[in-house]
Amino acid sequence: MTKKTKTLNLNFGPQHPAAHGVLRLILELDGEVVEKVDPHIGLLHRGTEKLIENKTYMQAVPYFDRLDYVAPMNQEHAFALAIEKILNIEVPIRAQYIRVIFCEIGRILSHILNITTQALDVGALTPSLWGFEERETLMTFYERASGSRLHANYFRAGGVHQDLPGNLDQDIGKFCNHFPKVIDDLETLLTDNRIFKQRNVDIGIVSKEDALDYSFSGVMLRGSGVAWDLRKSQPYECYDQLEFKIPVGKNGDCYDRYICRIEEMRESVKIINQCLARMPKGPVKSPDGKITPPSKKEIKESMESLIHHFKLFTEGYRVDEDEIYTAVEAPKGEFGVYLISDGSNKPYKCKIRAPGFSHLQAMDYLIKGHMLADVPAVLGSLDIVFGEIDR
Amino acid sequence: MEDLADLEKKINSELTTKINETKISHNQIYLKIDHEDLLDVVTFLKTNSETKFRQLIDITAVDYPEKTQRFKMVYLFLSHKFNQRIILSFFLNENEHVTSLTKIFPAANWMEREVFDMYGIKFKNHPDLRRILTDYNFEGFPLRKDFPLTGHTEVRYNEDKKKVVYEPVKLEQNYRNFDYESPWEGTKYIKEQTKKDNDKKN
Repeated sequence: MTKKTKTLNLNFGPQHPAAHGVLRLILELDGEVVEKVDPHIGLLHRGTEKLIENKTYMQAVPYFDRLDYVAPMNQEHAFALAIEKILNIEVPIRAQYIRVIFCEIGRILSHILNITTQALDVGALTPSLWGFEERETLMTFYERASGSRLHANYFRAGGVHQDLPGNLDQDIGKFCNHFPKVIDDLETLLTDNRIFKQRNVDIGIVSKEDALDYSFSGVMLRGSGVAWDLRKSQPYECYDQLEFKIPVGKNGDCYDRYICRIEEMRESVKIINQCLARMPKGPVKSPDGKITPPSKKEIKESMESLIHHFKLFTEGYRVDEDEIYTAVEAPKGEFGVYLISDGSNKPYKCKIRAPGFSHLQAMDYLIKGHMLADVPAVLGSLDIVFGEIDR
Repeated sequence: MEDLADLEKKINSELTTKINETKISHNQIYLKIDHEDLLDVVTFLKTNSETKFRQLIDITAVDYPEKTQRFKMVYLFLSHKFNQRIILSFFLNENEHVTSLTKIFPAANWMEREVFDMYGIKFKNHPDLRRILTDYNFEGFPLRKDFPLTGHTEVRYNEDKKKVVYEPVKLEQNYRNFDYESPWEGTKYIKEQTKKDNDKKN
């Protein structure tokens, strides 16, 4: 006689510490085995794209900080690049280096958060305590450059908002000297840890083909063995002059993705060091007064600068009629902005391509047949942040 | 990056009648097609050994309320092998349906759901066309240009009823949209007037 089985429906979230935000997963369980997952997203939907359509280009920048809020400047970068490409603005070399430094700081910020919370999800508490101390230091760098720890509003079209204040580059240099030691410490806690390996090795395996079909990017793609990084393949800013390696995984499981992130942090430190060594003195924004505001001193002395300043902060600048897609390698994957401008001072359409959106979409494929306890482990390795998924 | 001009030629010669217009700009190819040809063109781009657009980056739509064909569908593709990007687009009437790409790219599932949610465009053969980003029981399509920025309803917890209630939006001060565009270069109404005058002259 066959026994009748019934599946159990279980709500995971929206308020669950391992859901990394407001995610509601509806799990269909057969015993402890997950048969189906239906992620419900949108609980943090703020209508960013609609808001951007109603703001000038300059006012739209802060919305990008609020997408993936653990690496704000990487997102501003994509938007700034889109405008610069349409308007053919040349960014001064110092600004390019500053941008790269802060993008890599953003990458470290995001990877620390992800690695330590992934460890937390599978039962290790200490890494997050160690890691967050470093994040705090990095966010102080953000604050010193832009005035704000999280919502930076720092990368503007044509350059960056202001030059680095005194000694900041030396302090970042000091951080780069001691940070590899912290990565080593984190690795002693996790890399060979028996429990961490049991929870992550061979969990959530993604094959090369599936990674492509599901539009994976960033570490999710590289963890499965596809050597693809926009910083190398479609270099922007001065990435083509810098030396760094792209770590690629082999098995495509949660553990490989963790290793990739650790190695990426080491590469980021190398990139920052190179930038600090090469960064010349000079202007940090394009001299075009129609795009970037004049300095305070010029406003006091020149009528034209005063008018420029006034017009920029009321009307904003106009962007010629065009259509463009620009992408950057954000910590989580390919972050892109598809921008349609109509010649006015507001974008006609601004579609934001968030990497986490496609990663979370594959949840059903990733978790089918795994145990309930693997759900947080897989979620952790996806590196999802709801700010960017829900937009 | 491989030469985009070669790719443009290749696509034009292989798909001749299905391509309405091609353009290269900003290191990307822009293709315009008819919406009936979507599946054929995408299948070709994905499988042909000289194009290999293996990854669907995003799907979105644009709303042009004043046009007879109101919506423009946009598809972004990436070829890892040849390091090229393609932007595919076509226009669509308000009540027309689009063929779903979920059979070719599983990633299209949520992207199409988002387009449906935001613009109300329906997809044929989509396995699960539900709203995705907006609230349960939400009405209207937020990214259409005729949807107000402030929305229609707001949510709050009602202490008396002990539950969350939906109410029409009530703002102390309405959203104010100032027209800051330079009057010397012509604000909107002046631009429209001068355009009309010019049209008359012609």
